[in-house]
Amino acid sequence: MNRRSIALAVLGAILIALPFMVGNYALSVATLILYFAYTGQAWNVMMGFAGQLSLGHALYVGVGAYAAGALFFYYGIGPWAGLWLAIALCVALGLVIGFLAFRFGISGVYFALLTIAFAEFTRIGFDHFGWTGGPGGMFLRVAQRDTWDLANFRGPPLMYYYAMLALTAGAFALCAWLLRSRAGYYWQAIREDEEAARALGINAFRWKLLAVAISAAMTAVAGVFFAFYYNNLFPEQIFHISRSIEIILGPVIGGVGTLFGPLLGAAVLTLLSDGITEALAAFGLDIPGVKQVFYGLVLLGVVMFLPHGIWPAIARRLRL
Amino acid sequence: MPALDLVANVVVSGILTGLVYGLMALGLSVIFGVVRVVNFAHGEMMTIAMYAATVLFAALKLDPFLAMLPVAAAFFVFGYALQAGLINPFITRPEHSQFMLLVAVAIILVNAMLMLFGPDARNVQVDYQLDSYELGPVLVDKARLFAAIAALVAAAGLFAFFRYTLTGKAIRACADNYLGARVVGLNVKHLYSLTFGLGAACVAIAGCAMVLLVDVTPPLGPSYTLLAFVIVIVGGLGSMAGALLGGVLIGVSEALAGLFIAPSAKSMFSFGLLIIVLLLRPQGLLGKRA
Repeated sequence: MNRRSIALAVLGAILIALPFMVGNYALSVATLILYFAYTGQAWNVMMGFAGQLSLGHALYVGVGAYAAGALFFYYGIGPWAGLWLAIALCVALGLVIGFLAFRFGISGVYFALLTIAFAEFTRIGFDHFGWTGGPGGMFLRVAQRDTWDLANFRGPPLMYYYAMLALTAGAFALCAWLLRSRAGYYWQAIREDEEAARALGINAFRWKLLAVAISAAMTAVAGVFFAFYYNNLFPEQIFHISRSIEIILGPVIGGVGTLFGPLLGAAVLTLLSDGITEALAAFGLDIPGVKQVFYGLVLLGVVMFLPHGIWPAIARRLRL
Repeated sequence: MPALDLVANVVVSGILTGLVYGLMALGLSVIFGVVRVVNFAHGEMMTIAMYAATVLFAALKLDPFLAMLPVAAAFFVFGYALQAGLINPFITRPEHSQFMLLVAVAIILVNAMLMLFGPDARNVQVDYQLDSYELGPVLVDKARLFAAIAALVAAAGLFAFFRYTLTGKAIRACADNYLGARVVGLNVKHLYSLTFGLGAACVAIAGCAMVLLVDVTPPLGPSYTLLAFVIVIVGGLGSMAGALLGGVLIGVSEALAGLFIAPSAKSMFSFGLLIIVLLLRPQGLLGKRA
């Protein structure tokens, strides 16, 4: 075994054992970290692997959450069936956006702005869509929380933690495999130089669409988790551009295009945000905005001094 | 169906507000056209200018139209420093890296405002806000008309600067050909900083004008950033006339959507328009194909 797989095994063991070592609050923070690690990994397929900058991933979280949430709310259909509807809708949406963008030759900044436009359009659309509650939100019944009801995905925090851990591990394995697959190499070729890739006979259009579809499907699953974990959905919160930015902060800070980057970035940012809250509480500072200013400053520092993210710098040190 | 003169009123006020939007977007467009960086903190800068105008008004009873000069000067210095200190080192970095830099700046700015001014809305109250001119059936708000005129004057000044001054010509040279500009000995980094300063000054003037029309709160920042994006894409990213035209188009379409459908649905039309323009004419209405 090389150093990398040993590190991975140790990390996995720690994460599996974590609930037995910490309390409920820490567990909820850990669940949040895994959530951002997972969505970051999904975003990374599009941007990190295939080089397509999406600033509208909240769209897939929101549509996934509302699809599975509405099925459960109106028809009592559990998330295992709702999952497929969520994935199907998000893949279809992603394919439409990708088809339009790539067919019309939209790339770079313009593509990023197009993804924002679709997410914002959908946000305001849901604000005026009475069936899902409009701006007033949709609330799933909060069922009894002490038993594991896997069929309806209702249970104690421990269940959500392990579900998120399984998702994150699955996403990690999928991305590791994708990166070494034919698709992964094609994506990287397209990312580095699309014209050269096409000159070599790679159908960039088709492979970019595949990246969007996979990324959208993975993000849709996160949306389903979101719906059943938080139980209430508001368009203003779930589709907002700041949600999309949250998703990409992790991988950008951790290292775009790396496998460990989204994981590390999510952990660093969530713990940082938590740490700042506690530090401010300890000093008795309670001014709205102080925390985010610190957060922004740290972000600024990382972006300026570690342009490739934290993970590549650490990996070099640890020879992983 | 609303009466025709009501529609006319709404259209006129949409055009006037749109010109102020246009000036704000002009700043973004100029910065992108030259520096090739999308200023993700644009709306946040706009709200800072609006707050500055309210503070100057509350402290010195300074009319927002007079506040434009000191605020624009301060913004020019701020923009120059931001470009020189933070953004210039990022010119050769990938787009997502530049984007994150400006997102970080935006987060800091919007929350600094939240810290300083709190979440409550602020505004400026001057007597001519209640007055209007009567042109047949159309009532034109004085404040809105003055704001639009100020925006037009500022935009004309910027046009003239880029067209007739040597520095303006040099900046256009940088925008056309970065390497060529360096080869002939232009100080590109200084010119970039100058451009960002000018873009920031546009935002400052637009902000001082806008504060007469709407109340300012911190969350306005991100929504103005999005609005400015929509306008410059519709008009043509990098095209100066396009920014003003886009501003007027968005101003009118927002006003009409507010009248015919629901005020809260108005930006849905802007984003719909953005999607259509991106797909059918990605260079924007007045942009040149790259």
